[in-house]
Amino acid sequence: MAALQQTTVDSLKRSESQLASHWQADLEASGATRNLKADDIRQQTAEFLRLLISVLEKRSTHNITTAEWDEIRQFLEKLSHQRAIAGQDSQQTASFIFALKGPVFAQLQAQYADQPAVLAEQLWEISQLLDVLGMHTIRTYQKSREAVIKRQQEELLELSTPVVKLWEGVLALPMIGTLDSQRTQVVMESLLQRIVDTGSEIAIIDITGVPTVDTLVAQHLLKTVTAIRLMGADCIISGVRPQIAQTIVHLGLDLQGVVTKANLADALALALRRLGVTVTKAV
Amino acid sequence: MERIPILQMGDFLLVTIQVDMHDQLALTLQDDLSERISRTSARGVLIDISALDMVDSFIGRMIGMISGLSRIMDAETVLVGMQPAVAITLVELGMTLPGVSTALNVERGMKLLRERAYSQ
Repeated sequence: MAALQQTTVDSLKRSESQLASHWQADLEASGATRNLKADDIRQQTAEFLRLLISVLEKRSTHNITTAEWDEIRQFLEKLSHQRAIAGQDSQQTASFIFALKGPVFAQLQAQYADQPAVLAEQLWEISQLLDVLGMHTIRTYQKSREAVIKRQQEELLELSTPVVKLWEGVLALPMIGTLDSQRTQVVMESLLQRIVDTGSEIAIIDITGVPTVDTLVAQHLLKTVTAIRLMGADCIISGVRPQIAQTIVHLGLDLQGVVTKANLADALALALRRLGVTVTKAV
Repeated sequence: MERIPILQMGDFLLVTIQVDMHDQLALTLQDDLSERISRTSARGVLIDISALDMVDSFIGRMIGMISGLSRIMDAETVLVGMQPAVAITLVELGMTLPGVSTALNVERGMKLLRERAYSQ
C-alpha cells in the first residue's frame, strides 16, 4: 500500500493555519457548528490539525489502533463525548472530520497540479485516513449516546418504583407508566425485599398510573401477587379504573383469587380492617 | 446420612431447613415427616425455609408435596420465611403452590397454625 509522501505532509504542515481557517469556514457553512462556540471550534480544529500533522510526520502506519494514534483517538473520543452531551446529532459530529477533506484536497491539488498520478494516490491515502478517523468519531459518539440513554433508563427505573409504608404492616406500591417484563422484575424484587425487611403482612399495588392493562401486564401482576402470597403476605390491587376493568373483562383475563379495589382509600380501609385497626374521628 | 431435624413443640412439628436441599434430602424429609406425624399425631407442621436461598423445580414440587401429605394426615401446614428470590423463582417456574398456607416468619406462622388447628 502506498503511504503518504513526505512532500504531502510538508505541504500540509506549511499551510496548517490556512487549512484550519478554511476548515472552520466549511464547518460553519455546513451548519455543523450550530449551538457551539466559535472559539471552541477554532481551538478544536487547530488542536486536531496539530495532532494529525505531528503523527503524520512520524511516518507511522495508518492503523489508528496503534499507540502513535493514542492522542488523536483520545481527542476524538473527548470531542464526540462533548458533542453527545451537548445534544448534537451524529451528522453534525461526523461532519467535523469530513469537512476537513475539502481544504486538504484543495491544498494537495495545488501541490501536485503537474503530477496527476501522485495526486490521485495521495488523495486516496488521505481520504482513507480521514474516513477511519471519522468512523472512530461516530463510533465513540454512539457509545456516549448509548451511555446517556442507559443511565436515563436506569434512573427512570429507580424513580418509578417507590415502595411506601402506609401503616404499620401495610406497604403500598404506586405503579406509574407501562409495565414491561424488566420493570415488573425490578418492582417485584423491591416490593418483596421491603416485605421481608418490614415484616408487612399486606401489600397494596396501585395501578392508577398504569395507562393500559393487556394480557402481558395482567400476567406480570398475577406473578407479583403470587410471589407475595408465597412469601406469606397478602396483596390487594387498587386503582382499577373503569376502562381498565372493561379491558380486563373483554380480554377474558382471570384475576380470581386477587383482591381488587377501585381506589387506594378502599384498599387501605380493607387492609386496616384485616389488621383489626379501626379509625375513628376525634370528637 | 444427612437428615433435616424435625422438632416437636407441643402439638406441632417444626421443620427448619438450614442447609441447601438436595433431592435425596428432600425425599428423606418427606418420609421422616410423614412417619413423625403419624407417631405423634401432630396437629400442625411448620416448615421454615428462611435459610433456603436456592430452589429448583424438584425442590419446589417437594415442598408442595410435603405440605400436601401433612394436610392429608390431618396436620395443618404453614410454610414460613420464603426469601424473595425463592418466591420469584417459583413463580417463574410456574409453581404457585396452590393450597399451601404461607406466613412471613415463624412467629406469624405459629399464630396461624394455632388459629387453624384449634378452630376445627
